[in-house]
Amino acid sequence: MRLSDVTSGFRLPQLSHRVWKVWMRNKDVFMKTYKVNFLPPLFEPVLYLLALGYGLGGFVQTVNGEPYIQFIAPALVSMTMMFSSFYECTYGSFVRMYYQKTFDAIIATPVNLEEVIAGELLWGATKSLINSIIVLGVVAAFGLARSPLFLLVPLISFIAGLSFSTAAMCFTAISPNIDSFNYPTFLFITPMLLISGTFFPITALPQTVQILAQLFFPLTHTVALTRALVIGRLELNLIFSLAWLLVVTPVLFVLSINLMKRKLIK
Amino acid sequence: MIRGEVVLEYRYLMESEVLIEAEDLTKKFGGLVAVNNINFRILKGECFGFLGPNGAGKTTTMKMIHCVLPLTSGKLTVAGMDVAKEGTEIKKMIGVAPQEDNLDPDFTVFHNLMVYSRYFDIPKAEAKRRSEKLLEFVRLEEKRDVIIGYLSAGMKRRLILARALINEPRILILDEPTTGLDPQARHLIWDKIRSLRKQGVTIVLTTHYMDEAAQLCDRLIVMDYGKIIEEGKPSALVKKHVGEEVLEVAYEEEVMQLLSKTLKDATVEVVSDRIRVFTSRPRGVFAKMLKEVRFKEAVIRDANLEDVFLKLTGRRLRE
Repeated sequence: MRLSDVTSGFRLPQLSHRVWKVWMRNKDVFMKTYKVNFLPPLFEPVLYLLALGYGLGGFVQTVNGEPYIQFIAPALVSMTMMFSSFYECTYGSFVRMYYQKTFDAIIATPVNLEEVIAGELLWGATKSLINSIIVLGVVAAFGLARSPLFLLVPLISFIAGLSFSTAAMCFTAISPNIDSFNYPTFLFITPMLLISGTFFPITALPQTVQILAQLFFPLTHTVALTRALVIGRLELNLIFSLAWLLVVTPVLFVLSINLMKRKLIK
Repeated sequence: MIRGEVVLEYRYLMESEVLIEAEDLTKKFGGLVAVNNINFRILKGECFGFLGPNGAGKTTTMKMIHCVLPLTSGKLTVAGMDVAKEGTEIKKMIGVAPQEDNLDPDFTVFHNLMVYSRYFDIPKAEAKRRSEKLLEFVRLEEKRDVIIGYLSAGMKRRLILARALINEPRILILDEPTTGLDPQARHLIWDKIRSLRKQGVTIVLTTHYMDEAAQLCDRLIVMDYGKIIEEGKPSALVKKHVGEEVLEVAYEEEVMQLLSKTLKDATVEVVSDRIRVFTSRPRGVFAKMLKEVRFKEAVIRDANLEDVFLKLTGRRLRE
């Protein structure tokens, strides 16, 4: 690999207001079937809260002084952010790019490929926002939104959603076919889901694993921030989590766009 | 005579405005040279054809013209603007009907046009007006609210044509506009292309249907293996390469011998059990010959662009 290959991965994309035209296209598709789209984020967390919160929670009793259901409720909100944006920008984007040729159709207009990818990424973040707000509503309905700070969770949800979207788009750029998404699922998503402080505190893990989870997994920081806001317990180390998302996300944003350009413009 | 034609052609080029110009245009994909150092000029208001077998480089050239594929080397300008620098501006004035169906399957016919109009920043009311008008133009008014999946191949092509016109383009790029369509649908598309040309739209078309090229194109180039191997007006190319008439007869050894004696300057081609005879002599020479000798299953027909195409690119299958 030459140096120019590396630097070209971080070349700033040329974006205009047309990014939103791409975003609006995806929003239009979503709204056509909104009734079906709203069902999973509404009912899945109910099942999780019942099964894990009350079922498993009966054995666990308390975590850090909280009932188990209170501990995992914010994690469910965070998981929703991850799944909705990650799968939107892997399977969803791949279908639009490869099977529907939607990107080809759009770049024949004044919209350029960089704007198409940026629109896809912002849409992925929006999916995270929409779905996590629904789950947050369910959590509140269970009486588990203890602090009014939980109203700030949508802000986290958009930036976290963007971090998952951009990571997803990097995988989309290097995946030769749709079946290859099994790799990021079992190498990235599943470990991240299990060791990011979702179902048990990250402090239960060996030191090295904790460090890895802090360095490489956006979900670790998403869960930490969401849980703090929902429970209303703000601590100093949250600054690191917020900074991680605010620094890594723009870098991945630029990188994923350039990787997609390299894939699609020969 | 030949010289006169060249002068005429030259004057034609001088008097008209050149809209698209390629100089030493080259595109490589890794080691494969898809377009190899080609030059052409497309004039304002004409219908210009790119002919060639599959893999000749036609679609690659189209994609470079509408600025979605960067050049490897050479120069390509559209309306005086460099495709490498002013892609966005160029794309505003071009309408593209691609080879493959890339309509939005999630939307209705009408919504496809509306969503596409947004990419061109066309205000909603205006987009609505244009969409209704275009659906009428391609005769899809009745399918206005139908989801794409329920359309036939012909309807999809017509919608793709309508979509390519949403920005009222000065240049329309049609990449194999009628491939896979039934004759009715083809003729409807041809009618629409002719009427657009009359309205002054410059049309750039690729096809491997020779009748389509002959019907529609003012001038054309024939490409093969990334190079231009011939160019001119369809009728002139036919006359130059295969004459005015073709004689086809069943293959027999005696016929071959007779032909080599009586029509020494003719080109004789044998394909399976048929003999095709081409001559540069004026019309009527075959009819005269058939009065004297009886050939089995003899047919005299007009020479056409397909004869030229096969002569130039050979009969070997591509891909």
